[in-house]
Amino acid sequence: MALYSEKVMDHFRNPRNVGVIEDADGVGEVGNAKCGDIMKMYLKIDGDVISDVKFETFGCGSAIASSSMATELIKGKPVSEALKLTNKAVTEALDGLPVHKLHCSVLAEEAIKKALQDYYEKNGIEYDKTQFPQCESCEHCEL
Amino acid sequence: MIYLDNAATTKMSRTAVTAMLPYFDGVCGNPSSLHSAGQAAAEALTDARERIAACLGCTAKEITFTSGGSEADNQAIRSAAAIGARKGKKHIISTKIEHHAVLHTLKALEKEGFSVTLLDVDENGLVDPRQVETAITEDTCLVTVMFANNEIGTIEPIAEIGAICRRKGVLFHTDAVQAAGHLHIDAAELNIDLLSLSAHKFHGPKGIGALYARKGVPLATLIEGGAQERGKRAGTENLPAIMGMAAALEEACASMEKNAKKLTLLRDRLIDGLSEIPHSILNGDRTRRLPGNVNFCFEGIEGESLLLLLDDKGIAASSGSACTSGSLDPSHVLLAIGRVHDIAHGSLRLTLSEETTQEEIDFTIAAVKEVVGYLRNMSPVWRDLQSGKRDYIIK
Repeated sequence: MALYSEKVMDHFRNPRNVGVIEDADGVGEVGNAKCGDIMKMYLKIDGDVISDVKFETFGCGSAIASSSMATELIKGKPVSEALKLTNKAVTEALDGLPVHKLHCSVLAEEAIKKALQDYYEKNGIEYDKTQFPQCESCEHCEL
Repeated sequence: MIYLDNAATTKMSRTAVTAMLPYFDGVCGNPSSLHSAGQAAAEALTDARERIAACLGCTAKEITFTSGGSEADNQAIRSAAAIGARKGKKHIISTKIEHHAVLHTLKALEKEGFSVTLLDVDENGLVDPRQVETAITEDTCLVTVMFANNEIGTIEPIAEIGAICRRKGVLFHTDAVQAAGHLHIDAAELNIDLLSLSAHKFHGPKGIGALYARKGVPLATLIEGGAQERGKRAGTENLPAIMGMAAALEEACASMEKNAKKLTLLRDRLIDGLSEIPHSILNGDRTRRLPGNVNFCFEGIEGESLLLLLDDKGIAASSGSACTSGSLDPSHVLLAIGRVHDIAHGSLRLTLSEETTQEEIDFTIAAVKEVVGYLRNMSPVWRDLQSGKRDYIIK
C-alpha cells in the first residue's frame, strides 16, 4: 500500500489555492520550522463570506495536501461555517492520513482559525475567544 | 527509474544472482549433514568464507556469517562488552553519528551497567583520533567507530583510530556496512578487531552479512541452538545468500578502483551542479567521502515533499527529514554536524552506483533545481527569508 491516498497525492501534486493575498483580511501562520511544518493562510472576506483563500506551506506531502484541502473546504463558505472546520473533516476529505501525519490536518485547521481570529481582531469584531485553540503550534514542539 | 538510493540498498549484480542459483535446487544439502549432498554444501560454504576473508585481508576462521549488518553490529558490540565485563571493564567509546544498530545496542548496554561515551564529530562529520585517545580510560573495553557514514558519506580515520586502540590494548570495532566493497579494507593492516558488513550494500543479496573477529577475540552467541559458525551463530546457513555475497564482494573488490574513479567523477559533477542552488550546503566532507555519496540541505523546504516530487520525475532518493524517518526529529547525523532542525528537515541524499550515468546525473541536477524552486515558491519560510524577515542559516 502506498504511503498516501490518491486524494492526498492529487492535492500534493496539484495543490489548490497556493499563493498570497496581498490585501488579505485575515492571515494566520502556525507551526514552526524546527518541527518541519509551517502553514500560512490568507483570507479575503466579503460580508460574511470567504471570497478567496490562499496558502503557503513549508512541510511534507501531507502538510501541503492538508493545506490545499482545507482551503477548498472553506472557499466560498460563510465565516460561521469555516469556524466549524475540523481536522477530522480535512482528513476525511483526503481519504485519510497515516497516523503520524494527522498533526498536519490539525495544523491546517489551526491555520484557518488563526486567520479568522486575525480578521476579527483587525476589524474589532467581538468574538468568542474560547472557540480558538490556545496554542497554535504543533503539539510535539517544546517551543 | 533513476535509482539514487544505493546507500539504502543496491540492485543485485548479475554475477551475484548467477552465483546463487545453483544453491537453491542443485547443491541443496545442509552443510551440517554428513551425506555427500551435505558435504557439497559444506565445501561451498568453506569456499565462500575463504573468498570473503581474502577480500578483507583476514583468514576464513575470522569470518562469521550473520543475517546482515545490524546483527553483525549487535554481535560485535555484545562480544566486546562480554570480554570487557569479565575483566571488570565496562566503558565503551563511540560517536554520535553511528548507525542505530550500534547506538541502540549501546543504549541497551547502558541499561545493563555499561557507561558509554559518544564522541562529537566536526562540521564535516569527522571523528578526531586524538579525542578517541583522550576518552580511553582503564575501564574502556571497546571503541566502535563506523568506517564511513551512511548518510553523509564521510570516511573516518580508521587507520589512526585502530593504531591508538591497539597501542592502548582496547578492542576496536568498525561498522563497515557502507565501506565494504567500496573502499579498500585490510583488517590486519588497519588494526581492526571486529568489523561488520552487509551484502546488499555491494550488489549482493539482502538478509546476509558477515562479522570479522580477529583471531583471539571470542564472540558472544546471540542465537543459540546449533553448532553452526563454531557455535557462535546457530541456524542452518543461508548458503545461496552466502554464495551471492562472496561473488558480489569479490566482484566489487576486483573493480573497486575503476568504480571509485568513475563514481567520484559523477559524484563531483552532481555536487557541483547542486551547489549552484542558492542557500544550499553539502553535508559531509568534500574529499574524505564515499565515492557514491551526495548529501545536501536546501534552506526553506522540507525533504519529504522534495522526495515525493523527485519520485514523480522517476528519481529514487532519500532524506534525513523527520517526516521520512517516522520520528519527530530529523537525522541525528545532520544534527551532530551542526545542522539546526530547520535546515536538517530539508536534506536530500543521493547515492550512486556503477550503473549511474552522466545523463542521469545531469537530469537529476535539473530536476532537483526545478523541484527546490517550486517548493520554495510555496514556502512561507522562503518568503520570510527573501523579504529579510528571517535570516538565512545557509548563506
